[in-house]
Amino acid sequence: MATENKNGGRPDVDIATLRHSAREGNTPRFWRGLDELAGTPEFRDHAENEFPHGANDPNATLDRRELLKVMAASAAFAGLTGCTKLPTQTIVPYVREPEQIIPGKPLFYATAVTLGGVATGVLVESHMSRPTKVEGNPDHPGSLGASDSFAQASILGLYDPDRSRAEVHDGRIGSWPEFQTELTAALAAAKITGGSGLRLLTQTITSASLAAQIRKFLKAFPSAKWHQYESVGRDNVREGARIAFGEYVNAVYRLNRVEVVLTLDSDFLTSGPGSVRYAREFAAKRRVDGAESIMNRLYAVECTPTNTGAMADHRLRMRASEIESFARALAREIGVSAAAGPGSSSSAPAEWIAAVARDLKQHAGASLIVAGDQQPPVVHALAHAINQKLGNFDKTVYFTQPIEESPIHQWESMGELAADIRAGKVTTILILGGNPAYDAPVDLGLRELLPKVKFSARLGMHEDETSVLCHWHIPQAHSLESWGDARAYDGTITVMQPLIAPLYEGKSEHDFLAALNGQAEKPSHDIVREFWLAQKTGIPRFDAFWEKTLRDGVMAGTAFPAKQVSLKLGIGEQPPAARPQGLEIVFRPDPTIWDGRFANNGWLQELPKPLTKLTWDNVAMLSPKMAQRLGLKSEDAIELKYEGRTIVAPAWVMPGHADESVTVFLGYGRTRAGNVGSSAGFDAGWIRPYATPWIGAGLEIRKTHQKWALAATQTHNSMEGRDLVRVATLDEYHKNPKFAQADVVKNPLSLYPEVKYEGYSWGMAVDLNACTGCGSCVVACQAENNIAVVGKKEVMIGREMHWIRIDRYFEGDLDDPKTYHEPVVCMHCEDAPCEVVCPVMATVHSPEGLNEMIYNRCVGTRYCSNNCPYKVRRFNFRLYSDWDTPSLFGMRNPNVSVRSRGVMEKCSYCVQRINAVKIEAEKQDRSVRDGEIVTACQQSCPSEAIVFGNINDPNSRVSKMKAKNLNYSLLEELNTRPRTTYQARLRNPNPEIEKAAAV
Amino acid sequence: MAQIFHHSTNTIARVSIYGAVLLLLLLGYTVDVVNNSSYVTEVHNARPQPVPFSHKHHVGELGLDCRYCHASVEVSSSAGMPPTQTCMTCHSQIWTGAAMLEPVRASYRDSVPISWTRVNAVPDFVYFNHSIHVAKGVGCTTCHGPIAEMNITWRQESLYMRWCLECHNAPENYLRPRSEVFNSFYRAPKNQQELGLRLMKEYKVQKLTNCTTCHR
Amino acid sequence: MADSPTDKLAQHSLAVPIIGPGHDYASVTDKISHIVLSRKPPKWWILGFAAAFALVMLLLYSITYLFAVGVGIWGIQIPVGWGFAIINFVWWIGIGHAGTLISAILLLLRQQWRTSINRFAEAMTLFAVACAGIFPLIHMGRPWLAYWLFPYPDTMKMWPNFRSPLVWDAFAVSTYATVSALFWFIGLLPDLATLRDRSKNRAAKIIYGFLAMGWRGSAVHWYRHETASLLLAGLATPLVLSVHTIVSLDFAFSIVPGWHATIFPPYFVAGAIYAGFAMVLTLSIPVRKLFGLEDFITMRHLDNMGKVMLAAGLIVGYGYMMEAFSAYYSGNPYERFMIMNRMGGPYAAVYWFLVACNIVTPQFLWSRKVRANVGALFTIAMVVNVGMWLERFIIVVTSLHRDFLPSSWGMYYPTRWDFATFFGTIGLFVALLFLFIRFLPLISIFEMRALVNEEDKKAAD
Repeated sequence: MATENKNGGRPDVDIATLRHSAREGNTPRFWRGLDELAGTPEFRDHAENEFPHGANDPNATLDRRELLKVMAASAAFAGLTGCTKLPTQTIVPYVREPEQIIPGKPLFYATAVTLGGVATGVLVESHMSRPTKVEGNPDHPGSLGASDSFAQASILGLYDPDRSRAEVHDGRIGSWPEFQTELTAALAAAKITGGSGLRLLTQTITSASLAAQIRKFLKAFPSAKWHQYESVGRDNVREGARIAFGEYVNAVYRLNRVEVVLTLDSDFLTSGPGSVRYAREFAAKRRVDGAESIMNRLYAVECTPTNTGAMADHRLRMRASEIESFARALAREIGVSAAAGPGSSSSAPAEWIAAVARDLKQHAGASLIVAGDQQPPVVHALAHAINQKLGNFDKTVYFTQPIEESPIHQWESMGELAADIRAGKVTTILILGGNPAYDAPVDLGLRELLPKVKFSARLGMHEDETSVLCHWHIPQAHSLESWGDARAYDGTITVMQPLIAPLYEGKSEHDFLAALNGQAEKPSHDIVREFWLAQKTGIPRFDAFWEKTLRDGVMAGTAFPAKQVSLKLGIGEQPPAARPQGLEIVFRPDPTIWDGRFANNGWLQELPKPLTKLTWDNVAMLSPKMAQRLGLKSEDAIELKYEGRTIVAPAWVMPGHADESVTVFLGYGRTRAGNVGSSAGFDAGWIRPYATPWIGAGLEIRKTHQKWALAATQTHNSMEGRDLVRVATLDEYHKNPKFAQADVVKNPLSLYPEVKYEGYSWGMAVDLNACTGCGSCVVACQAENNIAVVGKKEVMIGREMHWIRIDRYFEGDLDDPKTYHEPVVCMHCEDAPCEVVCPVMATVHSPEGLNEMIYNRCVGTRYCSNNCPYKVRRFNFRLYSDWDTPSLFGMRNPNVSVRSRGVMEKCSYCVQRINAVKIEAEKQDRSVRDGEIVTACQQSCPSEAIVFGNINDPNSRVSKMKAKNLNYSLLEELNTRPRTTYQARLRNPNPEIEKAAAV
Repeated sequence: MAQIFHHSTNTIARVSIYGAVLLLLLLGYTVDVVNNSSYVTEVHNARPQPVPFSHKHHVGELGLDCRYCHASVEVSSSAGMPPTQTCMTCHSQIWTGAAMLEPVRASYRDSVPISWTRVNAVPDFVYFNHSIHVAKGVGCTTCHGPIAEMNITWRQESLYMRWCLECHNAPENYLRPRSEVFNSFYRAPKNQQELGLRLMKEYKVQKLTNCTTCHR
Repeated sequence: MADSPTDKLAQHSLAVPIIGPGHDYASVTDKISHIVLSRKPPKWWILGFAAAFALVMLLLYSITYLFAVGVGIWGIQIPVGWGFAIINFVWWIGIGHAGTLISAILLLLRQQWRTSINRFAEAMTLFAVACAGIFPLIHMGRPWLAYWLFPYPDTMKMWPNFRSPLVWDAFAVSTYATVSALFWFIGLLPDLATLRDRSKNRAAKIIYGFLAMGWRGSAVHWYRHETASLLLAGLATPLVLSVHTIVSLDFAFSIVPGWHATIFPPYFVAGAIYAGFAMVLTLSIPVRKLFGLEDFITMRHLDNMGKVMLAAGLIVGYGYMMEAFSAYYSGNPYERFMIMNRMGGPYAAVYWFLVACNIVTPQFLWSRKVRANVGALFTIAMVVNVGMWLERFIIVVTSLHRDFLPSSWGMYYPTRWDFATFFGTIGLFVALLFLFIRFLPLISIFEMRALVNEEDKKAAD
């Protein structure tokens, strides 16, 4: 249990401490790593304190504010009137009021956030021109109104106090003009050789306008080279397509037409382009209403447990390196000629494959094989081949031209760059975004090579590992601060518009390239607009078109059309290379930190990883069997030796992980991420060589007899036989549709008269059959309700503040359990145990059935939390909300109080949204329409698992959900009468396999 | 042996015992008085402003409508404070030279906003919405007092929760026809009670006293 | 009260005298008042007080730090929202009970043997309540708003939630404190007067004189004194039951498995008396030794107190049994799990240690020999003190840390600040006691005189 262990000797840094220290100015402006930061007294307190659960907390320092609080307290004691007199405030109106802006009314702007270049369309809420909340854009094909946790958290990325604020020239503060002069000089020098020795390194680019700028630049410097690199790239997907079709194409799935899905180590429901949309389409095919309704079926063959695997009706755990053999075996079953896979695919029972193949064939044209980004190209090729054989092309999957402006093998591109630098061919390198010094293949030695380049400049949001190795660091503008454009998973273009002027005079990639092209003075808006003006010559009234594009957040008709592809023959016929022997190591992006780019985002750091429920750390994941063999327990610090490099990592025993295989997650062990992310976790990249980006063999493990304390938000994984998540197979459901309501108490006895709820009465329904556990709702809630980040130590004690948590339970076989996700918000019980025990009526019931929590009345006895059977209440044990860092003020939702120390808080059903809508409705003298009030969690949920509304209206969506047979409430027997109810989970297993398993 | 205490001690003792009780009562009373004093509540304290703006003149004498300056009062939670622009619409024509108005002109000239001293303020944890109150027939002067008589604006009411509840518990005593909401000279009729009750029905006014109506 | 231990005492044979032989009014008065009026305090007193005072400083320090940083310095979290603070509160309040029981109930029952111990038993009550009273205040997230628990006409037009046991608690405890204080002081009056008259230096005369409130020992004074004492005794008697009943309701009122039990009120009251007598023994044994008061606090007293403890201990044991039984019998899976978790879960060791302390150990008291052995009595009393604290730990922590949803189970680990606050209050308690035995007669002089009188009568017959 995480909370039982002491911190493994490794000083772990608490955001707030360092925030604090940075704030107090006792931190050097450019601190080199944490050792230097460690100079702060707070930090020393950390390092020295032998009581991990003790008072070694940021807020432990008695600073001015604390003293004032104590004084205020004593004042209150004395006069009982300490806080009633308000300080004198001032009102500062505009001089000239801008249009549209009405004080107190938010505006929404359509733009997009990108990950790996792929755009998710969003609407950004802006209060008095302060962006405060990101929401999905319903008109955007990649969003449909929902969004993933990364998009939700991007708002914190914008206000991140650790963002670099100034140009840095060799460790000293420089300036943009100064840089330009140096740049022009460098370019002039390069001109002579036509730019040989000139290198441009970017991430994946889907922005046509940016690409145009780059091409312009390359025209000017013909022999210059443009490299693209993402450490978590999609090379295998692209190469797979090339093997299959002889060209790069982009596969787009139509899950709304799929009856049977088979994933080969793919987490298509929660990561990768289009995942948000796929999750919704997939969930839609699983919704059952009538007694005879049917569901789609999901087979997952995977090594590392993923959310997709957790959703699967049949999950086959298998070493990542064996999946190729599986694919080949399946291909042959289906009738695609393929050489037998290397070694024995023992872990894939023949009858299993046969059964799956039969099922797939039965659903020819309505089935789909999805290969995971980390699987080798041939697996992707085979997947394509099988899909084609099953006649799925143009039905459940279609192909378009690549969405990347210049699709290349990025991994090789980076290798080439490194080689050129080593060979001394590179005199000037310009790095746009990314963080190669941290995440480039370790044995390319980029960290040693970069300083060798004569002139190197880096455009980045943080002054990070790469920046310090470059001569120049230029602060980059956040995507919410700059103009641009990007393509969605299907090619749809979104023109990105800034929500706010760059907070720290950051430059966008467009600005940077403009500077390269000698147009430094040209605003990026003009660059983007003019580019599209040139593209859309056909359009009569471009202004109107432009306005519409900006307003809608999508450029009409830019989705790529389906493209005819011809499958090459004899894919996978050449026998594969023998699989290298030895213990397997699998590299995967971290579920919440991705490749490390979000390392300094407190929301994502504290967002529990969907399946481990870990926060603030990455782990080396291995199966229970293997752990037993090696005598390892979770939180043992182990030494991983691979390809001659070793790193110490915390072990994590993961039920459902393939045996004799270890998964490590990238993105951690950052040294210069910022006050939040630096020194969290270990750098798996350190043992990730060029040869094996994803799957390798020959790992050695050594036990160190040290502990590495981890902060998990859920430490108990069994349901203890309590029917918290109610599950049945589709057949069982058909036989007994009311299985979920077996123990419903018809009319429970009560001494109190029945309370009637007139007018509105709010309720929520959560569909466990749809929830993928992605965690987007958690971050959305955090953003909407100004929920504080507490840091690793506090999470270890058990003090995380999330209002919505996703419980994750395992059921069955320890080695290969079934996994269930169950989002838990406040149940807003009609007979709420918390309400009666509060001595000051700080939590009471509203006439609309809301269980209200009044922070400013709360005295903090915590009895309500003790008495809450669902434990959804969260307490400010310390001053968790950051009241000092100015850059964070702008981020807060002005309609929700920022909680202070010593008060209880909990899910309010987003009452601020309820009230806002009600007020508008009242003013229009009508009643609130169904679906008009959308809670933050519901809004962000990709699979529409959460529905909120008025349960007094029989026609509301929520009422209909609650009317279903599957509807049940948690801990019903307590007669708390929750307003939040659940839709039981259904599985749709393949009878054949089920029988086989039974035998 | 000698007396330790003088005879008077007995009296002193008695007095102090009964006195103590009285003292406690007195203390409680004082706290209450202080709490309701204009020192704490700021009621009737005319706040000094960068520009001695007179509602009396503009509203009372010139008869400007509230909404001319407080433009968002019907649509937003905030009534809105006029941008300098609004002042200048008139004062670029009249009193152009008045020394009193120099700060306004300066603000307009140098685009430096005027920072007014807030008169009516509620704590941060109170979410008051002007638009809905106005829409339901709560007049400006009901809370802001005889604004048309204020040379320098003062706070008319304590804005204590107790005070808010007076109306939230019995709106009928305060409601007026929508047409009269912005009338700064409105006087409640004799039959306020029945008028109020009628308006409550007509405007669908609810007695919202649950906490999240104002606290979130 | 039919089966209460006090009745058993009533029938106790008067074999052992409750006051040593050969004492007359003068000797009694001398012996007791000498302790107070002697010029120099003994060395052990100075050392003991210094130690206790150091702990008080620790208490002040940790409370200041607590107010500055917040309850987060303690080990509490979600799900265990209550920790040491509430444990200590219940423990101290419990200890208080013996005092009131002895002084009030035994007075009404005319149990004369109580006389020599009631004074410092009451003092103990007062100091224990003082220690207890600290915790409900400081365990709040925002202690400076504690006054919101009391009804008063405020600017918010808000009242406390009279349905909440915490509000009842606020009233119960404050009433208890007031009545105990009054009772104790009234009892002190005649002796204060004695001290006033016997003390040599002027300062002492003035102070004691002031406190004596002009007591002249006139018949009227005695008459009123008697009535007042009886009235207060009458007032205090229900309190003995009510206070800990209310405290138990703080738990029983909830739906938490392990708290939600009807047996709690009687079980808590018995536990309180148990703990209280244990503490009285723990104090009286060293005191009679140090001040050579063996003649006043005789073996008879120790013997009786031993019996009361035994009786109370048995009730408490029955309580534990019933908890387990009703959990099993209820068929409620959560209740059952709770008990199993107590007996076999992460805190099982604590539970079994508590059983050993509170149920096994007192069984020795059956034997007259043990009750006659001062050392043994003292040890047992000490063990019971510890045991009763552990009982509260088990009730508070093991019930909370694994309740309904396994997903939110957690572990509770106290921090150094939890311990600092706890030991701090022990220091406060001891310090107050030391001041008391130094500056006030720790045995009621006038009541002892009365005893002498009666003993003489007996001798005469």
